[in-house]
Amino acid sequence: MSRNKGGRPAGAIRDSREDKILYTAVTAVLIVFLLLVAYPLIYVVSSSFSSGTAVSTGQVFLWPVDFSLEGYKTVFAHKLIGAAYRNTLFYTSAGTAINVTITVMCAYPLARNDFPMRKFFSVFFLVVMFFSGGMIPTYMVVSNLKLTNTIWAMLLPGAISVYNMILVRTFLKNSIPQALLEVSQIDGCSDAKYFFHILLPLSKPVIAVITLYYAVGHWNAYFNAMMYLSDQELYPLQLILRQILVANQVNLNEMVDVEALVAKQGLADVLKYALIVVSTAPILCVYPFLQRFFMKGVMLGSVKG
Amino acid sequence: MRGRFITFGRKCRERWQLFLFLIPAAAVVLIFNYWPMLGAQIAFRDYQPRAGIWNSPWVGFKHFIKFFHSYQFERVLGNTLILSFYSLAASFPLSILMALAINLVRRTGFKKFVQTVSYMPYFISVVVLVGILNQVLSPVVGIYGGVYRLFCGSGYPPDILANAGTFRHLYVWSGIWQSLGWNTIIYLAALSSVDLELHEAAQLDGANRLKRVVYIDLPILLPTAAIMLILSVGSLMSVGFDKAYLMQNNANLSASEIISTYIYKTGMNNGTAQFSYATAIGLFNSAVNCCMLLVVNKLADKVGDGGYGLF
Repeated sequence: MSRNKGGRPAGAIRDSREDKILYTAVTAVLIVFLLLVAYPLIYVVSSSFSSGTAVSTGQVFLWPVDFSLEGYKTVFAHKLIGAAYRNTLFYTSAGTAINVTITVMCAYPLARNDFPMRKFFSVFFLVVMFFSGGMIPTYMVVSNLKLTNTIWAMLLPGAISVYNMILVRTFLKNSIPQALLEVSQIDGCSDAKYFFHILLPLSKPVIAVITLYYAVGHWNAYFNAMMYLSDQELYPLQLILRQILVANQVNLNEMVDVEALVAKQGLADVLKYALIVVSTAPILCVYPFLQRFFMKGVMLGSVKG
Repeated sequence: MRGRFITFGRKCRERWQLFLFLIPAAAVVLIFNYWPMLGAQIAFRDYQPRAGIWNSPWVGFKHFIKFFHSYQFERVLGNTLILSFYSLAASFPLSILMALAINLVRRTGFKKFVQTVSYMPYFISVVVLVGILNQVLSPVVGIYGGVYRLFCGSGYPPDILANAGTFRHLYVWSGIWQSLGWNTIIYLAALSSVDLELHEAAQLDGANRLKRVVYIDLPILLPTAAIMLILSVGSLMSVGFDKAYLMQNNANLSASEIISTYIYKTGMNNGTAQFSYATAIGLFNSAVNCCMLLVVNKLADKVGDGGYGLF
């Protein structure tokens, strides 16, 4: 996206009156759009820093009213949230590590033209994108394997996304010169050695992309946890969030601080806002720095290998 | 014939290390994707936990017929299709317009800023999105209630969260809020490949910027747009479970019950009693989906000159 001058040759013809109107109109539309996107986010952050009474009586519009940190204090004092946060960190890091390893390993043979069963395995993996056994049969498999209510239920089902695998395969096929393989084969390099010493270092960009995709997926996922976990100690953050934000179950007994019980309703609302911020901030803070990787992923995904 | 087998065998032996690389992925897919496909046969049986998948009695299409005749059939199928058509009809043209607009921005800084901010909501989880909706649009504590009281003094506005009539609008427009920016990426990429000379030539001929948007930028987007449209038609039946389930409440159920949420509820809330019935609904959905995807992929392959289809 380097040519972003809108097709305007440098110093050529001046903007006509119509053009000026167009540019102004576009800028205005985009500013309105930005406000629409950003306002709810700002509102959430402001509410999370307001007092319970201000929030529950609907006084917050833009900036925090009666600045206070009680929402955050309650979040950090909440028994389940801390554990859930740790669980999510674990599921995200371990899960992503498994995902990326399996995906890249799988993409490598399928990107090799001299792999004898390439056609068969390509179809083997593609079928999964088109057809699935469904929710209940999958649940039955997981429970037959005695994985329910263990951390493995969060890590193993869906350990490979075929879409991401194709992304990597496309990259390996299109961005790594075939000659490299031939040269190393002449030098007597085995297939495994070629993978670890030559392919992996060259694949860093695509590995970054799928790592981010998988990590965001794990961080935000709640479905597997809802299906397979019943033990609250194993719950990831999103499931606790669901209880509190959506099912509206703020169990005040779980708040350690007894004095906090006073402004019940207000506190419950501020708690929700603070919780939204605490659970989403890590991704939103990191994302602007990694934006180009995400965009690269979209671009890579649109080209066939 | 024998010779071919021998060369194939020799090739496999030469490339044995490559097979090792495939083992973990193949195992995962075999266990968690193919095994359930075998298990899906209980859609044609009356599943009894004690008899297991293989020994429960066959009942043919009983569960499918039961579903087609139940009052839920039209409701969940209709809700699913309306939701996905509405989403598509709203978000598809908007993302093209938005991409054209962002592409018109000449100040690089502002453009980057617009992109960064508008991609942000894409990374918010569904749970948090629905949580934000519930908070912000609550008639009691949210902006919605606050604004109402600002103009009407006191009292509470009508509840739009527990309301079947507003569910679809909330569902679709919160989705657009979340992904409109992100959806422009692919179009912006296509626009960045516009030949500058085209613009120069048009400009010399006296075409203003708006004309050039219509006659140069838009045509450049059309192939990409066609592919995106076709591909999204392929997933019309697979409205995600997550958001609809989270936005559901007793008051909006008549609009918010879609196929996947219905499967979950019948299957998971009744012990194992409804396993076969729920599996049958899932299988029906999967089969329709699969056909649509196959057709759509063929189409995309034709339109995109073989560049987009998966096969």
